[in-house]
Amino acid sequence: MFEQFHTNYSLQKILGLLIGIGFGFCLQKGGVTSYDTIIGQLLLTDFTVVQVMVSAVLVGMIGIHIMKSLGWIEFHTFTGSVGSSLIGGLLFGIGFGLLGYCPGTVAGAIGQGQIDALLGGGVGLIIGTGIFAHFYPLISAKILSIGIFPVETIPELIHLPRWVVVGIMVVLMTGALWLLQLMGY
Amino acid sequence: MFELLMEPRWSPYLAGAGIGVLLWCSFLFSNKPLGCSTAFSRTSGMIEQLINPKKVKKSEYYQMVIPEIEWQWMMVLGIILGAFFSSFLSGTFQLSVIPQTFGAAFGDNLLLRFLTAIVGGIMMGLGARWASGCTSGHGISGLSQLSLASLVAASGFFIAGIATAMLLFSI
Repeated sequence: MFEQFHTNYSLQKILGLLIGIGFGFCLQKGGVTSYDTIIGQLLLTDFTVVQVMVSAVLVGMIGIHIMKSLGWIEFHTFTGSVGSSLIGGLLFGIGFGLLGYCPGTVAGAIGQGQIDALLGGGVGLIIGTGIFAHFYPLISAKILSIGIFPVETIPELIHLPRWVVVGIMVVLMTGALWLLQLMGY
Repeated sequence: MFELLMEPRWSPYLAGAGIGVLLWCSFLFSNKPLGCSTAFSRTSGMIEQLINPKKVKKSEYYQMVIPEIEWQWMMVLGIILGAFFSSFLSGTFQLSVIPQTFGAAFGDNLLLRFLTAIVGGIMMGLGARWASGCTSGHGISGLSQLSLASLVAASGFFIAGIATAMLLFSI
């Protein structure tokens, strides 16, 4: 659906901007463009980040699975590996703890007036992605292909139909939100 | 409706649900998952292009990730604008250098804040491209598609993030 939209690159830039404005608006209203909220999550004293993310995944997951079943959209998953997903994820996490924003929320923090997000986080991210680009041939040859995962998705890993896994995720995630609510967060 | 837009905070469930709906839009209208970190790679390529265009042209990475302004770059620009509109409408827009929690723990130490932010940003930029995604690309879009790589990467973000923050704040 909307295939004629996908190859209209000028239209896509406008759509990107509009989706981004909505995204930034929701992130800011959710309080997750604030360092205090993110660090609170990592220190396990504030669970707003988890509440926003889990709600986004719940609504997002159900919607895109329905649209996929209707043949309206295609998914974009790829095969991960220990060398890429795990090592990269841990490196990212160290940066996450030091910076207190992530690449999307750093942009949102800039929008609400945080100078440390602009001159610290934003500049650091540009340098870090530049370093990765520079060393990509080496990292790609030596590390990214270590321990390639046998499958692309969770349903394939646990041998259950996709919709069953969606159901399990809904139960687990609503349960987690409910539990956090019970604990007073 | 307008009052809702002027509120300083929404319930995290409402904000999250809004992001979920934007994920539908991004798949449907743009055939793309929501993600942010590639835009930083493109920016770094565009800056490098000004300094050394020949090197960028030959770079294996920048042949894959072309240094240009496209959908995602505009989306990250949109995030800045959207957060600005949101904070401006609620009257919470404020220029600030040192976040409250940071100041309470380490004092108004500008150097320390910029050092942690820049080093953190570098590690995060490196890690995001290493894992092919960030908190939005893996954490929200990838998990919504039930991607295994995203589950592993997002676990890594939070495990190392929690450990690093706890270590930093115990100093």
